[in-house]
Amino acid sequence: MNAASMVPVPATAVPHAWRGRIGILGLIAAEISLFGVFVVAYLFYIGKSLNGPYPKDVLDVPVLATICLLSSSISVALGARALRRADVGRSGLWLLVTVLLGGFFLGATAREWHRLIYSAGLTIGTNLFGTTYYPLVGLHASHVIVGLVMLSLCCVLAWTKSLRPPHAERVEMVSWYWHFVDAVWVVVFTVVYVIGR
Amino acid sequence: MSVLSRSMTGPEASAERSVVDQLHDWVVTVDHKRLGVMYVVTGLIFLVVAGLEASVMRLQLAWPGLHIVPPETFNRLFTMHGTTMVFLVGIPIVFGFGNYLVPLMIGARDLAFPRLNAFGFWILLFGGLLLHFSVIGGDGLYGAGSAPSVGWFAYAPLTGRAFTPGNATDYWNLAIFVTGIGTIATSINLLTTILAMRGPGMIFGRLPIFVWVMLTVSAMTLVILPPLSAAQIMLMLDRYLGAHFFDTQAGGSAIMWQHFFWFFGHPEVYVLMLPGFGFVSEIIPVFSRKVIFGYTTIVLATVSIGAVALSTWAHHMFTVGMGGPLNSLFALSTMLISVPTGIKIFNWLGTMYGGKLLFRTPMLFCCAFLFQFLCAGLTGIMLSVAPFDWQLSDSYFVVAHFHFVLFGALVFTIFAAIYYWFPKVTGRMLSERLGRWNFWFLVIGFNVTFITMHVQGLLGMPRRVYTYMPDRGWEIWNLITTLGVPFQIVGVLLFVVNVIVSLRRGEPAGPDPWDAWTLEWATTSPPPSYNFEVVPVTTSRRPLWDLKHPDDPDGPHE
Repeated sequence: MNAASMVPVPATAVPHAWRGRIGILGLIAAEISLFGVFVVAYLFYIGKSLNGPYPKDVLDVPVLATICLLSSSISVALGARALRRADVGRSGLWLLVTVLLGGFFLGATAREWHRLIYSAGLTIGTNLFGTTYYPLVGLHASHVIVGLVMLSLCCVLAWTKSLRPPHAERVEMVSWYWHFVDAVWVVVFTVVYVIGR
Repeated sequence: MSVLSRSMTGPEASAERSVVDQLHDWVVTVDHKRLGVMYVVTGLIFLVVAGLEASVMRLQLAWPGLHIVPPETFNRLFTMHGTTMVFLVGIPIVFGFGNYLVPLMIGARDLAFPRLNAFGFWILLFGGLLLHFSVIGGDGLYGAGSAPSVGWFAYAPLTGRAFTPGNATDYWNLAIFVTGIGTIATSINLLTTILAMRGPGMIFGRLPIFVWVMLTVSAMTLVILPPLSAAQIMLMLDRYLGAHFFDTQAGGSAIMWQHFFWFFGHPEVYVLMLPGFGFVSEIIPVFSRKVIFGYTTIVLATVSIGAVALSTWAHHMFTVGMGGPLNSLFALSTMLISVPTGIKIFNWLGTMYGGKLLFRTPMLFCCAFLFQFLCAGLTGIMLSVAPFDWQLSDSYFVVAHFHFVLFGALVFTIFAAIYYWFPKVTGRMLSERLGRWNFWFLVIGFNVTFITMHVQGLLGMPRRVYTYMPDRGWEIWNLITTLGVPFQIVGVLLFVVNVIVSLRRGEPAGPDPWDAWTLEWATTSPPPSYNFEVVPVTTSRRPLWDLKHPDDPDGPHE
């Protein structure tokens, strides 16, 4: 046995720094594939509804909500950066801003659904537009909810001073997930409100 | 050899603990080796269940006009057989081996996310139990049905609420959805482990072939499994909330389900089969006493199979009327994928050529694999020709083809892998004598059953039929097909006996019974929970060879 070829490694091996990043990218890859199928289904069924209401009659472009969601990508990035620079208070503040912006977006989606269901009479079973619209937008909204839960948790932990600079990597991963949720919205927005209308 | 022979007794070594405590250890464990073993054992138990289901079907089809089971039960049997085999036998066993071997082969102490790994296993087991609970719990709202009976691919619109009332189809849908979550979790885990947790010196050019395979398979799974989950969400919405995704009466498309399902379903075959190639690529060199012939080609072939597999799915749909251009496209891509697959056969043959062949049980299974996989590949190319497929689609020829792939190739490589790595996992050798009996019974039984099945298919016998008229000329072929089954049952029984006997009285294996070259053999058998006391440095594609022969390392020859 060539002793020089053996390198002692401490019993508690330090995980590689890229572990979390590759993990979250793997998750995002799977999520892209999941959304992809719903997007394909939406595109395939555009204009194939046998009866109304049709998208051009009932859909309003959610401009303000979209601006809020997209700008929350900036605030979450600022929050992650502040934590890397050991400024826990500022980090918590930016994360709170992110939660509020995301919460506004979710509220806007809820209002839109309420209007569609009760005023426009569009449900998931009404026609193919309803069948594809609610699952696609709903799948995105459910991802917003998951993101909001994680971000709120970070806010609470920042408030109780449990969030510390060593956690910067993890908050960074939450922010990557949030960027993904935003990016998906760009696709959903294009498909539903631009191409499909 | 001081490192190899040094005793490393892990916490598992304490044999005096009570059964309940030991069971508790297994339930709460996050150790990749224990989870790997649990995956494989789960897969083997479901293999027995699904094998018995197949045996009952063969009994029913042995002669025209038999009524061994009612027709509804027959539909449930082939649905449960197919679903169980793919999702609860193939997936757990290949990912179980991945779990066990990948960290050991790359010199890591565990997977990247051990708790996620435990979650992945338990959620998969839960999905499997949920599926089989349908046998007793399927009576639901409508009081109709028990186990699902829609086929393992659950084509729309048969799965619509109007055509399959009751909860049986929902059991299929939810159970497979749940196992999918576990499989995605494990894939992320393996991918991260291989990319981020490699030991010192384990660069990509030195990864064992099996690790390359698991890297490819994990990446593929992330792309192909979510579409199945998405389609299953759509099916759930259709059945419970009245959506119209696959509801043709409201303008929906039943063909869409086929596209989504086979976008998953066909690459899934490669997800299952590539690890089989990985096993063979590890075993054949060791028993030929040669390095693998064409390491780079075999890696490139693996990765390109993974890539091309994503564009072959609609060859399952030649008969639905996609039109000339699409048919040609998918026929061509299917023929294309046979090229890297064929290259691999030459890699293995080239490895054996001029080698010092040792026909131990793992090698026997590998040799049978080579022949049977060649047949499977050739019938695959035949079926890729769209007009040929029009003639034989949904016939027993197709059944024979994919059983040559999944049984003749995959299950045989799994047996090879179990015989090869059992000493590492348990510290004891499996009996070589019983192993040979096991092999010959299985190989004779398999070929009697499935070679004749081609003939029935060519004579026009459709698949999924409950029974058939006596004047079609199918009787004798069906009888021979069924006569192969007892041989296979004896073969599997011999395997079970071999495992039980060898666990108690098997010859002690030592760390490296096959004089092999990959890192899992550098530690004790069974490995301690931390795998390696000191993580060995990899200097070539055969790190353990280098450690054993410091005077003649592999590196300069690569």
